[in-house]
Amino acid sequence: MNKIFIIIQREYLSRVKKRSFLILTFLTPLLIAGIYAFMIWMMLKDDTEKRTIAVLNESELVEPVKSSEFTTYNYLQNASFEEVKSSMEKKGYYAILVIPKNILQTKTAELFSHKQVTIEVKSSVGRQIRQHIEKLKRSKIIAEANMPDLEEKLAATRTPISMRTIKFGEGGEIKQSSTEIAMGIGFAASFIIYMFIFMYGVQVMRGVIEEKSNRIVEVIISSVKPFQLMMGKIVGVAMVGLTQFIMWVVLTGIIITVGSALVLPGVDMETLQQAKSVAELPAGAASLDAGQLKMAQDILGTFDLAYVAGIVGAFIFFFLGGYLLYSALFAAVGSAVDNETETQQFMLPITIPLILALYIGFAVAKNPESSLAFWGSIIPFTSPIVMLVRIPFGVPIWELLLSMSLLIGTFLLITWIAAKIYRTGILMYGKKVSYKEIWKWLRYHN
Amino acid sequence: MTFFEAKDVVKQYAGHKALNKVSISVPKGSIFGLLGPNGAGKTTLIRIINQITGPDAGEVFFNGQPLKPEDVKRIGYLPEERGLYKKMKVGEQAVYLAQLKGMSQKEATKKLKAWFDKFDILPWWDKKVEELSKGMAQKVQFIVTILHEPELLIFDEPFSGFDPINANLLKKEILELRDKGATIIFSTHNMGSVEEICDHIALINKSEKILDGPVEQIKKKYRTNTYEINYIGEFDKLDQVLKADFEIIDQAKGIEFNTLKIKLNNGSTSNELLEQLLPYLNIVSFREIIPNMNDIFIRVVKESKTI
Repeated sequence: MNKIFIIIQREYLSRVKKRSFLILTFLTPLLIAGIYAFMIWMMLKDDTEKRTIAVLNESELVEPVKSSEFTTYNYLQNASFEEVKSSMEKKGYYAILVIPKNILQTKTAELFSHKQVTIEVKSSVGRQIRQHIEKLKRSKIIAEANMPDLEEKLAATRTPISMRTIKFGEGGEIKQSSTEIAMGIGFAASFIIYMFIFMYGVQVMRGVIEEKSNRIVEVIISSVKPFQLMMGKIVGVAMVGLTQFIMWVVLTGIIITVGSALVLPGVDMETLQQAKSVAELPAGAASLDAGQLKMAQDILGTFDLAYVAGIVGAFIFFFLGGYLLYSALFAAVGSAVDNETETQQFMLPITIPLILALYIGFAVAKNPESSLAFWGSIIPFTSPIVMLVRIPFGVPIWELLLSMSLLIGTFLLITWIAAKIYRTGILMYGKKVSYKEIWKWLRYHN
Repeated sequence: MTFFEAKDVVKQYAGHKALNKVSISVPKGSIFGLLGPNGAGKTTLIRIINQITGPDAGEVFFNGQPLKPEDVKRIGYLPEERGLYKKMKVGEQAVYLAQLKGMSQKEATKKLKAWFDKFDILPWWDKKVEELSKGMAQKVQFIVTILHEPELLIFDEPFSGFDPINANLLKKEILELRDKGATIIFSTHNMGSVEEICDHIALINKSEKILDGPVEQIKKKYRTNTYEINYIGEFDKLDQVLKADFEIIDQAKGIEFNTLKIKLNNGSTSNELLEQLLPYLNIVSFREIIPNMNDIFIRVVKESKTI
């Protein structure tokens, strides 16, 4: 046991001290913080591009679009489309807006430009025309109805509805939930697991190949059992992965907190964050009102400690389970080859279930109740990734326990098999190994 | 007294038998040569001794007791395929390997520094292995093998890849260890290289042991009673004057002297031969042709084939 600890220590320290580990560990949070800062900057930044748009108004509407600080609308009287088009470049027009004569019937206006018109310009023009026409129609009705206060009464009928989704918790208590946020968290967690299994599984494989090609492996296994060497490496690398993950979380947190305090004083980060997720809702809400912000805050408020701890706990369990399962296979592959270029043929059966799991995860995020979701989160080769997508939506406890125990059981079985391959493989030099050969190794005893 | 013993060890791999009922017995304090061509099964036997792999049948005894997992501490093994982690510091790595043999970090560091000093590689303690020359790396490997003062030392093809200077250093150290009481097993296909230092040998060919025993006895047993005589002068009718018991195997003319190889049959002695030759030849030298291990090996292999 003591020897395994010495091996774990070496595997851990030799990797953590590497320059590439330090760079990756410290640069990634900077990168994440950078992307985050960029997104905030994009959100805060107004469209300050000055644009002039030529307007050919053939309708009876009177100046339906009005110039703002940055966008100027030039109404051209008695000009033909062809003329304006040919003089576009000279006069510096960004686009030509054509409002047809019969716009009240067709409800269509046209924007001509050389470059793709930005969404903001398009929606701003559309909104202004729509409001203009609505206003016209409304005043007409008001005038015809001859009712005082009709305008106010009509305005009072406008009732925006916000949907709050609430699910029943395990103990029957009511929890507020957000489908979008659950999806986001689940998918992010499962993607990180996918990435980590790959990254660190390959590190285990490289480590085994290194020992083999350096010819040190026989020196070591005359002191320790091959199984101890393999497990020591797997556990050591797992700890490197956990260290990196924790460093990323902590460093990103620090950078974002400190950075936002320095760069964006007076901007409430939480409000911004919530504002963003609400803005993405397809409710046509161009701007936020206080009620919506309040709702977003409510949603985040329902992330109680138990919920977060549950997700973090599941993340660590399924990360370790999935990693251990796959890294044992990666170790076996490493032992069967002489150098990394030969790994291709054996990598396929490992990478296919992993990639499949990621795609199942995509599908499950959309429909967490499907049978695909059930089986994907029970079968151990996909469960670490698929289950993480499901967990934020809530998973029956028996399914969770079944999935976990199957993962542990399979991990033990696979490790046993991998150890058999490993034990024989590490002492085979200069031999091209086939699947048939590996099958023979499995039947050697000792 | 026997220090290590293997009895009827069988090891089967898919398709072929690596060892077929091989028994060896290594006396305490001896230098034991495990000889045979490549692929004979030497390394498999050594791996069984090191418990890297287990025998399918047969028994293995260490110091009179069945071999136990704890015994790895008492064995030092320098494999044929040997190397070091390239990116690790030399000292750190030597301490790591010593720790895996059960030494404490403190004890290992202290002893390693003494050995490094003895072998003039102490200045490389904090260098990375990839910066070492091959000879230095070999010294490190040797030190790591013997550091925990094992009672049984196993060297698989120890001199392959060693330059002559380091090979001599190695031989000297190994003899010193033997004098201090260690038992040593050499495994090699290059039989000439260990002949002069081994006192016991076992010959392995095609998974079977074909010969073993003390070197002197074996050499005695495989004496061919052949003598080489260098002489000056000419005499063509030797076969006519010599007794029938003296069989001329070879007769060759040289620049300074001529050479004659004669085999003594039916218990005739060298003195009788000399007596017979003296009147005719001016003898420069007269010596017995002692077969070397290579010759013996080839002969035994041939004999075992004819059986």
